[in-house]
Amino acid sequence: MPFSSVVDYQTVATLETFGFLPAMTQEEIYEQIAYVIAQGWTPCIEHVHPSASMRNYWSLWKLPFFGEAELGAIVAELEACHRAYPDHHVRLTGYDAYTQTQGTAFVVFEGRS
Amino acid sequence: MSKKYDAGVKEYRDTYWTPDYVPLDTDILACFKCTGQEGVPREEVAAAVAAESSTGTWSTVWSELLTDLEFYKGRAYRIEDVPTDPESFYAFVAYPLDLFEEGSVTNVLTSLVGNVFGFKALRHLRLEDIRFPLAFIKTCMGPPNGIAVERDRMNKYGRPLLGCTIKPKLGLSGKNYGRVVYECLRGGLDFTKDDENINSQPFQRWQDRFDFVAEAVRTAEQETGERKGHYLNCTAATPEDMYARAEHAKALGMPIVMHDYLTGGFTANTGLAKWCRRNGMLLHIHRAMHAVIDRHPKHGIHFRVLAKCLRLSGGDHLHTGTVVGKLEGDRQTTLGFIDQLRESYVPEDRTRGNFFDQDWASMPGVFAVASGGIHVWHMPALVTIFGDDSVLQFGGGTHGHPWGSAAGAAANRVALEACVKARNAGRELEKESRDILTEAAKSSPELAIALDTWKEIKFEFDTVDKLDL
Repeated sequence: MPFSSVVDYQTVATLETFGFLPAMTQEEIYEQIAYVIAQGWTPCIEHVHPSASMRNYWSLWKLPFFGEAELGAIVAELEACHRAYPDHHVRLTGYDAYTQTQGTAFVVFEGRS
Repeated sequence: MSKKYDAGVKEYRDTYWTPDYVPLDTDILACFKCTGQEGVPREEVAAAVAAESSTGTWSTVWSELLTDLEFYKGRAYRIEDVPTDPESFYAFVAYPLDLFEEGSVTNVLTSLVGNVFGFKALRHLRLEDIRFPLAFIKTCMGPPNGIAVERDRMNKYGRPLLGCTIKPKLGLSGKNYGRVVYECLRGGLDFTKDDENINSQPFQRWQDRFDFVAEAVRTAEQETGERKGHYLNCTAATPEDMYARAEHAKALGMPIVMHDYLTGGFTANTGLAKWCRRNGMLLHIHRAMHAVIDRHPKHGIHFRVLAKCLRLSGGDHLHTGTVVGKLEGDRQTTLGFIDQLRESYVPEDRTRGNFFDQDWASMPGVFAVASGGIHVWHMPALVTIFGDDSVLQFGGGTHGHPWGSAAGAAANRVALEACVKARNAGRELEKESRDILTEAAKSSPELAIALDTWKEIKFEFDTVDKLDL
């Protein structure tokens, strides 16, 4: 194979789950939030400055939204968190109390480093 | 009045065939597929299996009368036809708990699959399943960490983990090997793996490998911002060497080590699992030699038994086959034993090969590892079959990418995330696999060329060991 057809792969800094996909559209983000709610997981919003993204503990936005089944309410909280911390990464986690771990977690807004 | 000694040879069934017996909750139960020699009645075969795997000897002996054999003996309590196989039948045997040492899988197997497998009155014998009672399970430590703890440590949520074995599996120097680890991890994999054959050979001594790999893992973590690991194989000629390797992996700050539990043995495995619990290390388990034991449909030990034994002995990952790749594995059977690895309760379900209700109580779960001849086109099926609590490992499917391992890793990561995203959005992965992957490839040239490279590769052979249904 001629080397001219080989592409140089450049390492990318990513934020775990969905980090290798293009930024999701609003509708795609809603689908993922709906999935969290449908699984019976507790939606929870966390944020952190990009320089500290490898920490286990990001700051919690308010409290986990126990019992919240309204997609619109979660979207509103995500946007409020993003407005309050425009430079921060904001991620949504779906907390599973049965397994005591997160059913999923993905970054909704990427901060500016 | 005590019993009288009556020397001579009795038929096994007089003592060990007890069709009226109701098994106790504390009994260890076993299901054997038996193929007797011609002319030997089924009850006699079943009773012989029960006897020879518990208290029996071919002759009556005087010293039996020094104990209460009625308390200690194994009992054949049920016989069933094997559908589609008229020459074989299932024998169900109950063993009292006191026949076994607490916390010792080694001891259970020494009895249940010991001498009896060479017994002349049998042509073939296969241990299909064991029901471990809670009273035994609570004496075993099991997985050092479990699925939830590993997810928290590695910060991986909502998707299967992604790995690959470093290739070529033999012959690389430590530094060259570390290079390949680094390429895979910077490309987007969560884990890389020592091939099982890699221990500490002349071309690459273990300490050299561990040191270079540790740098590769740390560098990839710094550059990608994600947590990474490499399964450092600690399997060795002696337990002392095994522990020395594990200690060094820990000193390097690595998160995970690896062991081959069948060639290394259950005693070594249980010891290393306990070391991992004490030292906060994850434990990846390979299963070399399993197909020698589990592939023949009439003789040996079914893999579901070996999987249950590993969960008791301890491991955080176990290889389970892929269903779709180059290695043997029927879909329903595989689903049956991955349940045994991950669930807290698995009901009897013959359509998945599970012969007993199995309660695992609070024992941590084990990640199912799918590895062997899989590539990006298999991703939708793998995510469907194995679900999130799995590690999907693409060896050739990573390093074989025309642009190298990093690009191969990225292709797999994009395909995996595209499948998870589509599944969460309610799409049917296996039906829509082509659309989902093609769509994802539009924004990933690495995936596009991977799809093109492996589009024709399939492994379509009939399964040798099928469920008897």
